[in-house]
Amino acid sequence: MPTISVKIDGTTYRDDVEARLLFVHYLRDRLGLTGTNIGCDTSNCGACTVLVDGHSAKSCTMLAVQADGCEVQTIEGLARGWAGASEPEGGQQDGWHPLQTAFHTEHGLQCGYCTPGMIMASVDLLADNPDPSEDEIRHGLEGNLCRCTGYHNIVKAVHAAATQMKAGA
Amino acid sequence: MTDLAEPTRTPSVGQPLHRKEDARLVTGQTRWTDNLTAPGTLHMAVLRSPMAHAGITRVDTAPALDQPGVIAAFSGADLADELGSLPCAWPVTADMVHPDHPPLAVAEVRYVGDAVAVVVARDRYTAADALEHIVADYEPLPAVVDMEAALADEVLVHAGKGTNTCFVWPFAGGDIDAAFDGADVVVERRFVQQRLIPTAIEPRAVLVEPVAAAGEYTVYSATQIPHILRLMLALTTGISEGKLRVVAPDVGGGFGSKLNVYAEEVIALVLAKRLGRPIKWTESRSEGYQATIHGRDQIQDVAIAAHADGRIRGLRVDLKADMGAYLQLVTPGVPILGAFMFPAIYKMDAYDFRCTGVFTTKTPTDAYRGAGRPEATFAIERLMDELAVELGVDPMELRRRNWITHEEFPYTTVAGLTYDSGNYEAATDKAMAMFDYDGLRREQAERRERNDRVQLGIGISTYTEMCGLAPSRVLGSLSYGAGGWEAATVRVTPTGKIEVVTGTSPHGQGHVTCWSQIAADALGVAFEDVEVLHGDTQVSPMGMDTYGSRSLVVGGVAVQQAAEKVIEKAKRFAAHLLEASEDDIDFSDGTFTVRGSPEATTTIQDVALAVFAAHDYPEGLEPDLTSDVVFDPENFSFPHGTHLCAIEVDTETGRSVIRSYVCVDDVGRVINPQIVEGQVHGGIAQGIAQALYEEAVYDDAGNLVTGTLVDYFVPGAPDLPSFTTGRTETPATSNALGVKGVGEAGTIASTPAVVNAVLDALRHLGVTDIAMPCSPERVWRALHDAREGATQASGTVASRPPHPEYGESPPQAPAIATQADLSGLDEGGQQ
Repeated sequence: MPTISVKIDGTTYRDDVEARLLFVHYLRDRLGLTGTNIGCDTSNCGACTVLVDGHSAKSCTMLAVQADGCEVQTIEGLARGWAGASEPEGGQQDGWHPLQTAFHTEHGLQCGYCTPGMIMASVDLLADNPDPSEDEIRHGLEGNLCRCTGYHNIVKAVHAAATQMKAGA
Repeated sequence: MTDLAEPTRTPSVGQPLHRKEDARLVTGQTRWTDNLTAPGTLHMAVLRSPMAHAGITRVDTAPALDQPGVIAAFSGADLADELGSLPCAWPVTADMVHPDHPPLAVAEVRYVGDAVAVVVARDRYTAADALEHIVADYEPLPAVVDMEAALADEVLVHAGKGTNTCFVWPFAGGDIDAAFDGADVVVERRFVQQRLIPTAIEPRAVLVEPVAAAGEYTVYSATQIPHILRLMLALTTGISEGKLRVVAPDVGGGFGSKLNVYAEEVIALVLAKRLGRPIKWTESRSEGYQATIHGRDQIQDVAIAAHADGRIRGLRVDLKADMGAYLQLVTPGVPILGAFMFPAIYKMDAYDFRCTGVFTTKTPTDAYRGAGRPEATFAIERLMDELAVELGVDPMELRRRNWITHEEFPYTTVAGLTYDSGNYEAATDKAMAMFDYDGLRREQAERRERNDRVQLGIGISTYTEMCGLAPSRVLGSLSYGAGGWEAATVRVTPTGKIEVVTGTSPHGQGHVTCWSQIAADALGVAFEDVEVLHGDTQVSPMGMDTYGSRSLVVGGVAVQQAAEKVIEKAKRFAAHLLEASEDDIDFSDGTFTVRGSPEATTTIQDVALAVFAAHDYPEGLEPDLTSDVVFDPENFSFPHGTHLCAIEVDTETGRSVIRSYVCVDDVGRVINPQIVEGQVHGGIAQGIAQALYEEAVYDDAGNLVTGTLVDYFVPGAPDLPSFTTGRTETPATSNALGVKGVGEAGTIASTPAVVNAVLDALRHLGVTDIAMPCSPERVWRALHDAREGATQASGTVASRPPHPEYGESPPQAPAIATQADLSGLDEGGQQ
């Protein structure tokens, strides 16, 4: 069995893994990092999106062995330690990334199942393009499906986060 | 008297308060069923039929048992006695054909995906591998995919029943023959409601944790209906309800697809009982596309008769509804719910409806967002546009001539429903102003004039729907197996916080936030001081769950009533504490006062602590500030609205792009406007998806061709516009909150608005109908046929065009017009 070493949300894990093990199953079943979801088996829905070496990747479309040596961020890591300003609301949002705050305040989620992937894809989108138009946001999130919101408030949330991040930059 | 120096609590009902639900959802600290595990959990995998119809000649599980890590494997025959038959709770007629529905097929498979065997292993990969080692042999039988072919009974889905007709359900009001005989104009059309796949983004999952020695079981399921599921599991397996706890943890969307009792839930429970170990199963998306219910799939033959001035005389509807291979929980009831909505907001003398339920060798259908009402609304709103064309009047003007005016409420329709309130004029006027209807009509005329390659179409949908399933006596009269009440408990804890227990089971709708708003205002406490508990039969033993836009209208009203009962109870304690007569106690904004003695006050929090301590309370009272309510509504509620869609259709590529979408919905009193808007957005998106993108396609052999998310086109962000929403507010008179429900409104309204817009863009070019989804190929083909003069006389009864990607492609089909092109993306849709 191959051995991998991967840094996830600041912690380095070393594990023997089956060569065929999907990275998303490694996250969920081996490490118990269940913040990252699975919504399909064809890489269409994007619910499993994480950041691998800073870029969004569908963790159902990569093998755990492909993460060897990589630095990975998941929604659970994003929830800690964002240094930027965030709307204070009873303290519960301390440390939230502006995208997490914006999805909340703009009602960019309903059932919330696509949300971790949607937010991680948005992190990458805003890193590439800190000031996206509506059209650029919609196309930037084309790999992530949401069945609840009709995307309207997701687009608004990404806009709001972009504004917030520019102000805090 | 309120002390003016004290800050007044802000009323929360009507405010766009941010959701309490979000904190764990945006941080990944969730409890989806697949996230849960129990010590010793075994993973179940299901072997499914690759054939649409076949006799099972052999199932040999022994080779699978030889695989390392495999614990058990069973065929349908092995478990038949314990599994029983899956329930259908809605026998719509006394003579309905109701075939047995074994969770694991025993003798015959009847759709691709029908379960034939299960394997249980130590991890999910081993379980999936082991399926390859089960030997299953089949004797192929002919498939029957098309409903009209099925009605010929040449190929029987259930041979022992002798027919593919599940039921015939007639319904009538007024003298239909008189209405049609003397009519100046009659318009007949056939509309096809294509089959849809609900596609909640969380796949279904179940985990059953047994305490074998005690015969107790906890069933965690990605379900909309923990209470109904518990009852049905008890009835199916014989395990008493008291030994069954059903939990709906975080549930990732449903749209009706999780409003069911599924084979895997029963199998997992039976295996947990047999093996004494926790059993877990999670569907893959492609597996779910076969094994989770589909929606819609109706053929609608409709005719409308009118006077020359456009006033409607009568409406005839002959519906064929595809049940699929078996009846799931409410399969037969879905088209029956629609029966009441075809007359919609219009006055007419007579209505005649008939629905034939048909078995085919396909995945069973059941409730999908709207459940009967989107189909009905589509038919009537399309028909109104066709009638307007026939009469040469503006389609909105035709609607105005026919709709119930606001002075006429309450109004009993020809279908027998009494609409309590509404104001179609107000919603329409507001929507028309927001939309710039006249300006768009001018632009449309200009584009037509200059024969622009891109034509503009305007689509209208003035819908109503019935929400708040449902008055129990009405459900009884429709032969449904249960009532439509909802339960709520409100409790004031010793620390003065509020605990609300609800029988609704949210999966994205925001009940925790909205119920908090309702309880906070009723009790005069802070929104933050309310907790809402739900989705666990041990916490909330009474409930009818969440579907049919019922939660607020029935469950939310129950919360309001329970809060009022708590206040009545607390008043007696307050009177005792304040040494006053109960009759002199007033309650306002969380504080009890004694009339005439402004200094004598106490708060509900202080009363709660005193009641908890119970050191000093009146004779005859129990020391408790808890109240239970079971609310059974007296009537449905009837939200309505006007949706307007402007669409640009490229006449060379057939591609349709929505330019603007404006809607004004009247959902009665609004608890949380941000949540209401979100519900409307998502609903519109699903309705647009039916109009333009989605279709479950079967080939003649009964294979689901659109069997993965690659092939079934769920729209992504680039495929949808932003929406302009507005509201009018006519409170419902059938409940104390004045609320009407909003969960399905957008889906019900939007599909005809979009299709009407596409046709409006192309009508002058000779196009009279396009089957849904109006993909670029179908639009192109309709234009091509119209140009060639090949359009059939009616244009609507012709057989459906082939699916853009999988049907037969004649040589002249344009290479550019595939469904994926709709996304307008160079890199191909949602890959």
